[in-house]
Amino acid sequence: MIARASRRRRRLDLPTDGDGSGRFLPWIIGLMVYLAALALAGMMALQGTVERWDRALAGTLTVQLPASAGDELDAALALLRATPGVERAEPLDQAANAALLERWLGPGLAAGELRLPRLIDLRVDPARAIDPEALAKRLAAVAPNARLDDHRRWLDRLLDVALAIQVVAAAIVALVAGAAVMSIVFATRTGLAIHQGTVEVLHLIGARDTFIATQFQWPALRLGLRGGLIGLVPALLTLVALGQAAGAAPASGIAALPELTLAPWHWAILLLLPVVAGITALATARVTVLRSLARMP
Amino acid sequence: MVRFENVGMRYGAGREVLRDITMRLMAGGFYFLTGPSGAGKSSLLKLIYLAERPSRGLISLFGRDLATTPRQAFPALRRRIGVVFQDFRLIPHLSALDNVALPLRVAGHRDDRIHDNVAELLRWVGLAEEIDARPATLSGGQQQRVAIARAVVSKPSLLLADEPTGNVDDHIAARLLRLFEELNRQGTTIVVATHNESLIQRFRHTRLHLENGELTVVAPPAREATGLTRAALAAGDEEPT
Repeated sequence: MIARASRRRRRLDLPTDGDGSGRFLPWIIGLMVYLAALALAGMMALQGTVERWDRALAGTLTVQLPASAGDELDAALALLRATPGVERAEPLDQAANAALLERWLGPGLAAGELRLPRLIDLRVDPARAIDPEALAKRLAAVAPNARLDDHRRWLDRLLDVALAIQVVAAAIVALVAGAAVMSIVFATRTGLAIHQGTVEVLHLIGARDTFIATQFQWPALRLGLRGGLIGLVPALLTLVALGQAAGAAPASGIAALPELTLAPWHWAILLLLPVVAGITALATARVTVLRSLARMP
Repeated sequence: MVRFENVGMRYGAGREVLRDITMRLMAGGFYFLTGPSGAGKSSLLKLIYLAERPSRGLISLFGRDLATTPRQAFPALRRRIGVVFQDFRLIPHLSALDNVALPLRVAGHRDDRIHDNVAELLRWVGLAEEIDARPATLSGGQQQRVAIARAVVSKPSLLLADEPTGNVDDHIAARLLRLFEELNRQGTTIVVATHNESLIQRFRHTRLHLENGELTVVAPPAREATGLTRAALAAGDEEPT
């Protein structure tokens, strides 16, 4: 077994591991993986939050009436309950209204202390598409002061903001990946320069370019994997710490913020980052060597 | 085996180091390549072992026109050529055995078959006790023998030796030449670049003389330029197959 391992080691004809060309590469890759992991985690958490908002608001509408609306409320309720596709139409009482405002105004808001608008909570069958504009027109006919809100407008704006943040995060990941690739190219070229004599001998005795590239690609894979782990561990610790800090924050302070959580498959993606870093290092080293060798006769 | 037609070569934008070289090396031939320093001997050898490309003219190697041969086919051609470099060019971190085994590994031979063959070859060149030694621990002569063993281990069709006798005394140089003649008898075409006039006189082989980048062919002194030698000198003849 030992003899076989020894023979296998001899196959690597270039001592790229100990030549210094990749000494700092794991740390550079580690830093890149750390930044990429945080950006990716933010991207995925935001995507999850947006999807949760979208799901939560699907099939819900709100009708708003002035506080003084009496007959209009009854007329609106009658119309809504008679509309096909409407599963439920319930007015919110003053206590429920006050509960909605509690997170901003605090507890103890007495009913009647503020003249709050009357709200009707509508649940519609998501399978049966209701045209909000047509419903709003019919509603205006029986309750001129009623306003139908399908939450789409602010949700769309929120989605735009979320998309912009995701684009920025994706750009950060792309930049980080580009910087990592450039570092690997530089380290590989340094290795090629250090081993130029050996590479020339291998070339002249008939080694194919792929044979020579193999001498560089496997050490690059090892450096990439090592760098990936160096970056992933602190990234995971950072995410866990951020999660705990968010969970421990006083409710009144962040109640209006979305809950940023990662699904199990999000964690799986993050755990794959060292493998991605390793494969990227391998492919980059291989392509770099092949391109350099292509300039030789 | 090797055919040059009006070959010229220059490095970058410099002057031509080889001019209008036309020659033909026949399979099974033994040639001395002579000329003063800077005459272009190493450049000529580099063209043959595909380390450089000509700036003009045609080169044919093992029956293949190099101008139309794709680069991907060059490694297979190089594996048919053994080269003893002037500075040996041994890989410093590899043992003598691994240095000699390199052409076989490159050609994809199995490790378990390599070891015995290489060890036997090292015994043949008198380095049985040095198979695990690194080049830095070997003398100049020993390094040269490792370089020769590496050049012949894959039984090349063509062996090129660039000043192999430059660092050794006449006695060892003569032994080296006898070794090359033995390989030549087994069918390997040999080209030896050398300055050593006494060896050239002692081992009578066709001489390719380079001077100012131009080549002249000189028949061996005491042997008629007949048969193989005459064929080697004749430009434009078809190669034997």
